[in-house]
Amino acid sequence: MIDNDILERVLAEGLRTGADFAEVFASDWRGTGVGLDDGKIEQLSTGRNRGAGIRVIAGETTGFAHTADLSEAGLMAAARVAAEAARQGGGGIKVVALTTQPSRIVSPIEIDPSTIGKAAKVDLLRRVDEAARSAGGAISQVSAGYSDGRTRIVIANSDGLVAHDERVRTLLRVSAVANGDAGMQTGFDSLGHTMGFELFDKVQVEDVARAAAGRALTKLKARPAPSGSLPVVIKAGSGGVLFHEACGHGLEADLVAKGASVYKGKVGELVASPLVTLVDDGTMTHEWGAIAIDDEGHPSQYNVLIENGILTDYMWDYLRARKEGRPQSGNGRRQSYKDLPMVRMTNTYVLNGEEDPADIIKDTPNGVYVAHLGGGSVNTATGDFVFGMTEAYLIENGEITEPLREGNLIGNGPQVLRDIDRLGNDFAMGNPGTCGKDGQGVPVGDGQPTLRVKSMTIGGTAS
Amino acid sequence: MSTPDRSAELLVIAERVVAMAQPGEQVEAYVSRGLSTEVRVYEGEVEHFVSAQSEGIGIRVIKDGRTGTSYCGTLDPSQIAEVLAEARDNLGYGEPDEWSGLAEPDGVAVVPQSLWDDNLENTPTVRKIELAKLLEKLTLAGDSRVRVDDSNYSDAFGEAAVATTTGIRVAGRENGCYLSVGTLADDGDETQTGFGFAVGRNVDELNLERAAREAVDRATRLLGATKPESRRITVVLDPFVTAQFLGIIGGTLNGESVVKGRSLFAQRIGEAVANPLLTLVDDPTNPLAYTATDIDGEGLAARRNVLIQDGVLQKFVQSTYSARRMGVTPTGNGLRGGYGGSPSAGCLALQIVPGLRSQADIVAGIDDGILIQQVQGLHSGVNAVSGDFSTGAAGLLIKNGTVGAPVREFTIASTLQKMLLDIAEVGGDLEWLPMSATGVSLVIHDVTMSGA
Repeated sequence: MIDNDILERVLAEGLRTGADFAEVFASDWRGTGVGLDDGKIEQLSTGRNRGAGIRVIAGETTGFAHTADLSEAGLMAAARVAAEAARQGGGGIKVVALTTQPSRIVSPIEIDPSTIGKAAKVDLLRRVDEAARSAGGAISQVSAGYSDGRTRIVIANSDGLVAHDERVRTLLRVSAVANGDAGMQTGFDSLGHTMGFELFDKVQVEDVARAAAGRALTKLKARPAPSGSLPVVIKAGSGGVLFHEACGHGLEADLVAKGASVYKGKVGELVASPLVTLVDDGTMTHEWGAIAIDDEGHPSQYNVLIENGILTDYMWDYLRARKEGRPQSGNGRRQSYKDLPMVRMTNTYVLNGEEDPADIIKDTPNGVYVAHLGGGSVNTATGDFVFGMTEAYLIENGEITEPLREGNLIGNGPQVLRDIDRLGNDFAMGNPGTCGKDGQGVPVGDGQPTLRVKSMTIGGTAS
Repeated sequence: MSTPDRSAELLVIAERVVAMAQPGEQVEAYVSRGLSTEVRVYEGEVEHFVSAQSEGIGIRVIKDGRTGTSYCGTLDPSQIAEVLAEARDNLGYGEPDEWSGLAEPDGVAVVPQSLWDDNLENTPTVRKIELAKLLEKLTLAGDSRVRVDDSNYSDAFGEAAVATTTGIRVAGRENGCYLSVGTLADDGDETQTGFGFAVGRNVDELNLERAAREAVDRATRLLGATKPESRRITVVLDPFVTAQFLGIIGGTLNGESVVKGRSLFAQRIGEAVANPLLTLVDDPTNPLAYTATDIDGEGLAARRNVLIQDGVLQKFVQSTYSARRMGVTPTGNGLRGGYGGSPSAGCLALQIVPGLRSQADIVAGIDDGILIQQVQGLHSGVNAVSGDFSTGAAGLLIKNGTVGAPVREFTIASTLQKMLLDIAEVGGDLEWLPMSATGVSLVIHDVTMSGA
């Protein structure tokens, strides 16, 4: 995308005002999106966004500017703005010599979606519409979206690194509405991988459509969720977001450094039930949060965050690792070339336990079984977090019984981690997610086996 | 010094695209350009300084009821030709829809507003950095238990133009600035968080003292918070929380949701859907609104629309598509998420018509209630189609007319339909917030609080 000699000159320009670090992150994204709603393909849209962000660090100050102009003149102009923003008084000429890193493939792509005709993408959605509508006569509306994107990336910095990457992601989303005597209910499901169009050889889109429609239909018979504290069993592959919120964000080194995390100063301490081993793994092939290198050019890693309940490490980006004089962990990510990198999760999951999930349910006299979760959010400083249940049931006398209407569950991260008292052996990854932080969204994955939290507050209306 | 309005240049680019329409085609070009600055200060130093420039074009082509779109993040002429060709190719895959079509001039005049301030354009960078530093300092001085997470100054200017083969040709620009501060209050092992902000068209309008005071109060008030007992209770939503609630209600009053069978309020025009105390208006023509604008994303004049009058549902907000499909007049509510997005119906600047009393007077009349200061997880616990409402919250208990003990880690739940009917008072404490809805204190009866 950009020659090494141009990158070297741009980085040198970034260092001209006395900065100690300069970086170019350039990307070229092309993507296709198709939307279906109300029984019709509404439109097909294609787009392209390319540009470069230039980051200059002088002491504690970061200057950042971006440009859609990838010519040498455009890059130099952005470098000057970033350098000016980070001006440190000093100056002088610094030379940057780049060494190209060998490229690394974590998620091999078989079929580049850009080589697939638009008609084939449209056809997927027609199949989705038909399958969702034939799931039940009460299905009154279906909307679905297909999108794919291919991003080519080059990252170079004044430490001499230059790294290239190519990322392909493919996503299908289905949302259904069912109409019954007690009003409307919705169901959602999605399928997304760091993979090409071969995704649809491996998974039938009809299954995704039926899952979404099934959730809407189930909830037509749902009763209001309970209000108050109860044991909660979370189905494998649906509750990874619990860990993402309950502790994932709190283990991001930038929040820890500012004292905005309840996990500050807790490395080496027991912070969760000894059943819990939590990993953040950017190398998990084809998962939604998989990356070969992070957005600072560092190779992705398998990082153990909590081992048998003991906090082992936080997640790190360049800036925080540099301050602490320790290695990065491959967690420096950004939404696009227009954004500064931050410490972010990739695929965050809990390793398998030993129990048969059926026993966990059987041993729960009264509680709530959560089979599908919506999003969540956390206040990392207090540890209080919520997540939404989009498919849930009562557990009565050790059996899953009536479906429940939607609502949030609320808990305190450190408390909930300690309260995990049962862990299944049926690990599964969950739906693709977009994690938001400081206004930037990045693709993330999560997963866990079936587990039980001995008490959580359920935000329903039934007493 | 006055900066020349360069949005006319964007209109020229848009018109050039429209001129390339072929017989039988409707073509729309939306062109935008923007520049924003963000300064983040931490412990008296600039943590980062971001200068962000963006531009792009989105093109829609409609032929025989089929729509295709394409966009790119540059205004390079060679790329624009490719975008048009792509949009044209893409329409072959859309299905015919008899209501598809671009906006047409509807004779509604643009309400003149001053959305541009040269003073902001001429503000030196040093002054912007000083403001963020000053806000941090004022906040820290407010209470010894308070730390500042980050103190931010940001400003943005944007200009955009829309041209269509149906006769739309509009261009405009706007700018504004914003200060925010995030706080942490410590007491022993416990930490609570707060925030404060200030908004203006230029830096002189920014009220730093108030932002600092609110950021301190929000965090320190919650120190010592416990988990409350579950029960049904009267809630008083703080203006900032009310604004978030109104945003959700606004989403249900949308013509596109109605025509696609996803609105709670379809078929209910003319009926009482809320307590008569509630009058809800979408008014982007009021320059005090943070999201005030003169034209919508499809190029129609933005206008004042009364959605709920004295509790009775009056109308839905419409895009050109939904208005045509419902057979109603357009409302100028085509909302566009930048050059890459297609317009869809949405509220632009919601306002609740304020009542008379202050929050303190309202609280004085409540025996057992809770003042909700923060909510968490509205995106995950509210379903605007079914109406289920459940959100995490933190706030202060109200006992015998006084605000007292802080509480946290609980949820409040009801349904959107019931909450609108259960509104018991609308406060007089109107606040203009940096979001697409204004806030007032709002009292709602019979909400389920789930805690211990």
